[in-house]
Amino acid sequence: MLTAEDKKLIQQIWGKLGGAEEDIGAEALWRMFHSYPPTKTYFPHFDLSQGSDQIRGHGKKVVAALGTAIKNMDNLSQALSELSNLHAYNLRVDPPHFSLQFLSQCLQVVLATRLGKEYTPEVHSAVDKFMSAVAAVLAEKYR
Amino acid sequence: MVNWTAEEKQLITGLWGKVNVAECGGEALARLLIVYPWTQRFFSNFGNLSSPTAIIGNPKVQAHGKKVLTSFGEAIKNLDSIKKCFAQLSKLHCDKLHVDPENFRLLGDILIIVLAANYGKEFTPACQAAWQKMVRVVAHALAHEYH
Repeated sequence: MLTAEDKKLIQQIWGKLGGAEEDIGAEALWRMFHSYPPTKTYFPHFDLSQGSDQIRGHGKKVVAALGTAIKNMDNLSQALSELSNLHAYNLRVDPPHFSLQFLSQCLQVVLATRLGKEYTPEVHSAVDKFMSAVAAVLAEKYR
Repeated sequence: MVNWTAEEKQLITGLWGKVNVAECGGEALARLLIVYPWTQRFFSNFGNLSSPTAIIGNPKVQAHGKKVLTSFGEAIKNLDSIKKCFAQLSKLHCDKLHVDPENFRLLGDILIIVLAANYGKEFTPACQAAWQKMVRVVAHALAHEYH
């Protein structure tokens, strides 16, 4: 799936985020809630108003997990094993919502708005593939 | 009938007014073929699609992208009757082109990313939400006449 070139591009792009990870995570979530209202059903316990501490905190968590995944692209299954368990047994987010692009799409939109031309077709492709791979791992233990 | 709020219409038509249809359409179609290579199955007579560079530089890809996005523009002019507007195109995609409607969703999402890359901060969450709805409605309309 992920070629050596894809991995290199992903690491490069991640490197360019320079500490904005928390903002990016929060913005991606906010966009997701706005564009795909059904995703809010998984957060009834959250204050979902714009800029809420919970959205920021959760965005930071999500991006940190993606950061871990990026450091372990050769072994995603193991690196994300705990998260995989969590999603399968506790959170039980509808699997198509993973392989579907909701969060991936919104994350990519955030990256694209910040990187502009630098979000080249090659980078776009690599990130899309990477998010698919992460989604597949998180859905591994569903049944 | 789709319910568009005044704000949604403004966000859609406002951004559309700035879009270079030829460039944007070409870019969106090229990215579709690059990011989801299996979509190349519909374009076997387009010549060289062997690499991202080849795809981006391919004049047939650019021309077809422009055609597709121009058509999209028609939907924007007819926000209150998109299904009707696309009835013929829907039949064409089903009966002649044999395109799985899933591909419309893929192209729609790619278009959103192209807009995001081109308009940066201006492509606000509210703007994205309006456009995600737009591409969903277009995809739905194009699939409507399938049988």
